[in-house]
Amino acid sequence: MQVLYFAWLRERVGAAAEEVDPGDAATARDLVERLIARDDRYAAAFCDLAAVRVAVDQEMGDLDSPIDGAREVAFFPPVTGG
Amino acid sequence: MHVSVQREDFDIAAEISTLTAGDRDIGAVVSFTGLVREMTPKGPISEMALEHYPGMTERALEEIAAQAQQRWPLQGLRIIHRHGPLAPGDRIVLVLTASRHRQAAFEAAEFLMDYLKTKAPFWKKEGDGGKARWVDARDSDDNAARRWGGEGT
Repeated sequence: MQVLYFAWLRERVGAAAEEVDPGDAATARDLVERLIARDDRYAAAFCDLAAVRVAVDQEMGDLDSPIDGAREVAFFPPVTGG
Repeated sequence: MHVSVQREDFDIAAEISTLTAGDRDIGAVVSFTGLVREMTPKGPISEMALEHYPGMTERALEEIAAQAQQRWPLQGLRIIHRHGPLAPGDRIVLVLTASRHRQAAFEAAEFLMDYLKTKAPFWKKEGDGGKARWVDARDSDDNAARRWGGEGT
């Protein structure tokens, strides 16, 4: 699946988007744990999960949202538009 | 209903003319314009960059617009939100609402801005010529959105 990062999560991960094999990750939280295990950059990006928001296939969700069959999962901080 | 996410500036008078053209039932147009402020709680800034999530941003704004149309008898609405590099004084966002009478237009415009600030995937980064910093979300914005009730607020 395509995994996207925005704002300071993008900066800490060092990528705006990447293809990730979700393996047996059932939720966004599982995916985060899988990423953290891969590299310190993810540990830095996801060090404060309370500050992480999630969208699955461009619909706002949360860390417990199922990602099974999703094409696109995005991680970002709370939004600050307007 | 018209939603646009764009780098370019907008002309408020031209947008109002487009919104009202050909509809003689409109008795009220409310316009809200958000600007980049120079002074922030962390000091003055000289530049701002607005990042967004292409695709999801447009969907989120259309969803918010559809909710406003369900809740108020609107003759029309327009939302324009800019992204990219901006400077103090620049226009960021425009919300226009049109209705027969003013109350619906006033309320819908406030609702649209409150929801937009908490649900549309935009992120502001401010700079003062040195190190730039991401703007923190504000609890007061969450509270403003929550007062309208409904799911997911």
